[in-house]
Amino acid sequence: MSVLINKDSKIIVQGFTGTEGSFHAQQMIEYGTNVVGGVTPGKGGQTHLDRPVFNTVEDAVTKAGADVSIIFVPPAFAADAIMEAADGGIKVIICITEGIPVKDMMMVKNYLENRDCRLIGPNCPGVMTAGECKVGIMPGFIFKKGTIGIVSKSGTLTYEAVDQLTRAGLGQTTAIGIGGDPIIGTTTKEAVELLMNDPDTEAIVMIGEIGGTMEPDAARWIKATGNKKPVVGFIAGQTAPKGRRMGHAGAIIGGADDTAAAKMRIMAECGIFVVESPALIGETMLKALGRA
Amino acid sequence: MNIHEYQGKEILSKYGVRIQRGIVAETPAQAVEAAQQMMTLTNSKFVVVKSQIHAGGRGKGKIVGSEQRGVQLAKSVEDVEKIATNLLGNVLVTIQTGEEGKRVNKILVAEDVYYPGASEPKEYYVSILLDRAKACNVIMASTEGGMDIEEVAEHTPEKIVKEWIDPAVGLQGFQARKLAFALGLEGEAFKEMVKFLTSLYKAYTDTDSSMFEINPVLKTSDNKIMAVDAKVNIDDNALFRHADIAALRDKAEEDPLEVEASENDLNYVKLDGNVGCMVNGAGLAMGTMDLIKLSGGEPANFLDVGGSANAKTVEAGFRIILKDPNVKAILINIFGGIVRCDRVATGVVEAYKAIGEIPVPIIVRLQGTNAAEGAKIINESGLKVLSAIEFKEAAAKVTQVLQEM
Repeated sequence: MSVLINKDSKIIVQGFTGTEGSFHAQQMIEYGTNVVGGVTPGKGGQTHLDRPVFNTVEDAVTKAGADVSIIFVPPAFAADAIMEAADGGIKVIICITEGIPVKDMMMVKNYLENRDCRLIGPNCPGVMTAGECKVGIMPGFIFKKGTIGIVSKSGTLTYEAVDQLTRAGLGQTTAIGIGGDPIIGTTTKEAVELLMNDPDTEAIVMIGEIGGTMEPDAARWIKATGNKKPVVGFIAGQTAPKGRRMGHAGAIIGGADDTAAAKMRIMAECGIFVVESPALIGETMLKALGRA
Repeated sequence: MNIHEYQGKEILSKYGVRIQRGIVAETPAQAVEAAQQMMTLTNSKFVVVKSQIHAGGRGKGKIVGSEQRGVQLAKSVEDVEKIATNLLGNVLVTIQTGEEGKRVNKILVAEDVYYPGASEPKEYYVSILLDRAKACNVIMASTEGGMDIEEVAEHTPEKIVKEWIDPAVGLQGFQARKLAFALGLEGEAFKEMVKFLTSLYKAYTDTDSSMFEINPVLKTSDNKIMAVDAKVNIDDNALFRHADIAALRDKAEEDPLEVEASENDLNYVKLDGNVGCMVNGAGLAMGTMDLIKLSGGEPANFLDVGGSANAKTVEAGFRIILKDPNVKAILINIFGGIVRCDRVATGVVEAYKAIGEIPVPIIVRLQGTNAAEGAKIINESGLKVLSAIEFKEAAAKVTQVLQEM
């Protein structure tokens, strides 16, 4: 088992023939991901990377049976691409694009509300089920099949965590990059919940950042549902100043509640193994599992 | 992106929001001319002179080395000239600027709107911002105008009223009325406030703003509702569709190193510490700053070189970090996913040679794709660079370097 994606997922790439889309689609195929085609409006009927190109997502769903989509289209057109995927019948929409205006994401979130699909991202590294399926830009070689699930707002910090786990002898089920924007499709709590309900996931790494209240919300939910699995947590930005955007559009301290210190305190109170140093994620997970 | 009060007011005015009128000036002579125009327009001898800097608390802030406040009432043209001379070209320190303050390059000569009349003037507070948890905009209003809203929220939260706006349909009439009633307004002032809020929200969404803070909103003695101040912040991600607003960027308000970084497509934020850092990815960059602190140093900056770190970006990063005289060591932390570590290592060596002497110790941590090859290139380069592969190894080397200083 795993969450969101597995070896049977049928993936299409929106923005398939663009530079980014082509490069990462190739990497995904090399990892063994079942990429069934792509969408580039106006290029329907062509073949790219030995796979069919469709004009619309709806075509890709009816003709190739796609159920997962990954989006690489530029920020100005990304909201439209997400809504097209939802309308076309895609169940898991993963949006990598960074730089989508907040107003567009507000409309998207509203549009998706009563539809039977899940959005991951935007501004995220995608989702990876170790050894089975890569839908995103994460480097495949650092992963090892195993029992740890990862939820993270940050790309390279996810790689860091995965690498430390693999070195500690701990493999992974699924890593979910939820994204660093102020409005994202799947919250920390929702992603943690998926992993809590996955029988193959034994423990969870939860990586957050300054800004917003998603990590404390997830921590409170973990406690309220009885701390069923050990969770190791880290919040980046303990040294970030107030009111400055630290790279990610969502990584900005607004008040007293969304600092790293405040989030880490609540997480610790909720029974999460909080690490102060991002270099100690692997070691702490071994301790949390009683294997140190 | 932040813009000045006078620029924010111009935008609001275009959308039919009543504003305190004013004319911007960059020299005392321009200020005098502006004052004469305002005095003719308003038929009053009073004008308000307001420093234009990207920071709040200007009214209570003081010019360095004097008792001059950042916002002052002038009662004559001579007054205006004196105040303008005292403000322009000098550094204003407010609660939001930090000790170093900000240089006043522009002043706004604005009409006096607190004139006597049938009723007492009264100040209110209105802001619009994103509620991240609800993924929609929220309008906040309070009767406690002119105050620091964070203090109001802490001590008398019941005095703040909120309306959440459905993004699909926008602000509805009943919501604007609810807010205006909650502020205790009636008659002409009530109608004015409803119109004010409706126009303000339209301006907010049309310009892709990420924050409006109008403090104070004034009910004048003749029951007009107007924006006396305007703090306007635009969503950087949406500037591509607002070329007119993007042109309002005032680089003089930004840190020169941050301007240089943005010209090189680097994401850089200057901080006050002694250890510079260069990292790929925003989350890892913040994590690296935290690690520097835990290792006994203080981060001198945030710097994300992005997903395509190469010789050119590494060199630009080095040059910017080294311009900060507080930097005593530099930590480069790259987790190569798509980025190959051997290429980054080559970039570091080339940049090092291009710059010549780098007077501070450098710790390079390369991990991920081709990490071993990268470390080899660094170690064999003959440069005075400490190389590390694991994150905690890099932390230990930072501590070591700081202890040796």
